[in-house]
Amino acid sequence: MTVTVAIPAVSTRAMTVLSALLEARTGQQLASYRSWRLDMALKPLLREREIDTLDQLVALLLDGRDATIGDRIVEALVNGESSFFRDQPVFGLIGKALVARAEASGQHGQRLRIWCAGCATGQEPLSLAMLFADLAESSGIAMPEIVATDVSEGALARARSGRYTQFEIQRGLPIRTAMRWFNGDRGDWVAKPELVRMIQFRRQNLVSEAPPPGRFDAVLCRNVLLYLAPAIKARVFLSVADALAPGGVLVLGAGETVIGQTGLFEPSRAYRGLYQRVAAGMTRNAA
Amino acid sequence: MKTCLVVDDSKVIRKVARHILETLDFEVREACDGREALDSCLAAAPDVILLDWNMPVMSGMDFLLALKESEVASKPKVVFCTTESGMAYIRAAIEAGADEYVMKPFDRDTLESKLQIVGMA
Repeated sequence: MTVTVAIPAVSTRAMTVLSALLEARTGQQLASYRSWRLDMALKPLLREREIDTLDQLVALLLDGRDATIGDRIVEALVNGESSFFRDQPVFGLIGKALVARAEASGQHGQRLRIWCAGCATGQEPLSLAMLFADLAESSGIAMPEIVATDVSEGALARARSGRYTQFEIQRGLPIRTAMRWFNGDRGDWVAKPELVRMIQFRRQNLVSEAPPPGRFDAVLCRNVLLYLAPAIKARVFLSVADALAPGGVLVLGAGETVIGQTGLFEPSRAYRGLYQRVAAGMTRNAA
Repeated sequence: MKTCLVVDDSKVIRKVARHILETLDFEVREACDGREALDSCLAAAPDVILLDWNMPVMSGMDFLLALKESEVASKPKVVFCTTESGMAYIRAAIEAGADEYVMKPFDRDTLESKLQIVGMA
């Protein structure tokens, strides 16, 4: 038996305008086969503005009288999917790589620096903070400085609040870890202030703005690049490469790779699944 | 193939859990209360147990305590799966020896991630 699901039609004009807005603001591309996502993601905004269709929303946008509507559309369309310890094994690798780096430097007390680029609602930097709080206890390394950035103010506000639903907290977070670092509050779980304080949250457009100042020992840019056009992706790789300290590691999403994407990085020999900068003068061809 | 014993007095929950677990390549057995679950474990210990709290005949907590005292050869991993979401309940379950805790309702991703945490998926 074939089940047919009715997906509301999105007009070509609405699709074109909204996709162009998203790409101009964030570099993210919205493939035409994902047009259903437009309707789903923007439904709450349509309800709020008491309009029925995406064409009416586009008219509101082009009208120019509502200064906030463009921001609200982009906020709704940015893919904010995230979970605690997503692709769990990679966190073990990051821990190993950074503990080894601290030990190799011979300066256990030296603070390493981590940048989470595209941190969405904060589960990734909070996972790192919990991981390194444990590692600081067990291996004696200093707690790293964690800088988390995202283009969406809405996502960052949620990240700073540290408040998650039962569904969100259960995805990937061991119950003992949740009990140690979160308090229950009216059905939600709220990160303890000392955990949130371990992270500096900042708004940053990865595509058009400079990275946070200084060099980082690890950069996590997971499940961000796959939405970007090749030319924009190349720019982001360059920006991340500049932000990475010599010998630092780049962490991508489980389905992402540098192979065929950039000549600036290569798979790490020591940590399978992580990437490192190609030595100066050795840049490879992307193809 | 790993075996999971689903212990819940709700037929619907057992059916949903079975469906998810089978897609995760588990062989699934079912019990509708703690007593039945204990008999099932004594007959053949599963690798992991998905355990409801509030059930007739024998509750999940009573089952867990009985399992610890039992002669079940290899102790299975125990994941509580219950509507009880208060910290006091969760703490009591962990102190009694539960390995993980799922608050209902749950979906496939939640269950899979909890089974990964206890080394079963």
